[in-house]
Amino acid sequence: MRTTSNPARRRRRVAIDAVMVLVILVLVVQMWLLTASLESYLAGHHAVAVPALLSSLALFAICGFLYRLVLRIDRLQDPDDAGRSAAMPGPWRVSSDVGRPPS
Amino acid sequence: MDPKDGSSTKPAWAEEFSVYASEDAYVQRRQFTKFLVLTSAGMVAGQAWIWLKSVAAAPRTEWPEAVVARASDIAPGTVRFFKYPSETEPCILVRRTNGELVAFSQKCTHLSCAVYYAAERDRLECPCHEGYFSASNGRVLQGPPPRPLPRVRIEQRGDDVVALGIIEGEGE
Repeated sequence: MRTTSNPARRRRRVAIDAVMVLVILVLVVQMWLLTASLESYLAGHHAVAVPALLSSLALFAICGFLYRLVLRIDRLQDPDDAGRSAAMPGPWRVSSDVGRPPS
Repeated sequence: MDPKDGSSTKPAWAEEFSVYASEDAYVQRRQFTKFLVLTSAGMVAGQAWIWLKSVAAAPRTEWPEAVVARASDIAPGTVRFFKYPSETEPCILVRRTNGELVAFSQKCTHLSCAVYYAAERDRLECPCHEGYFSASNGRVLQGPPPRPLPRVRIEQRGDDVVALGIIEGEGE
């Protein structure tokens, strides 16, 4: 497997790492919230259920927003891709010839 | 697509299965993040389930009255067992060493083991994980139980001890 020191690719990795850490943090809060509200429910305190649900929804929205950021990062054009693709030998080469029947 | 025309240069399979280690690590992290987001959705579903259960399970207001023991049969420091409000709900009636009569659900709030009365220490004890409850109000004194023991409301009518209802999750 090859490695690369392409700065654009490195930035993408840093970005995804940051997003992943944030999503994990949000998830930990959601897990705590679920545990606490289940505990309250079992203790007979039903009033906690609605605010807990709304809070969990808000946290899920944050997760969704962060994931959309990941998708945006995905769509960013890597300036090195074109050159790399052209330089790839054999079946790894990606061009308009791929999938076209031989003439 | 041709790389020279400036549009997308790679098909989806080349994005997902790159020969570059760093690219592969990126894809793995992205997929893991996607999994985490789905887990987050699962948490919301769990909260919604708790909310639905809360809506469906309206707090019980009507409790049956039941004679559960004769007060004169219970010496200080001893107990009687009974089922209340249904046959599947074991309870314990305690005559404390000071003479007071109290009753609780016998199921530990940790993992539903049966609690017993330790007269010498005047407390209810769960033998499974050493959870201790106050004999006066069911409050947790020590151990893993997260909630107090549900207390059975009782009244002494003549020699009869009558159960009137259950007070969930609160001490005095």
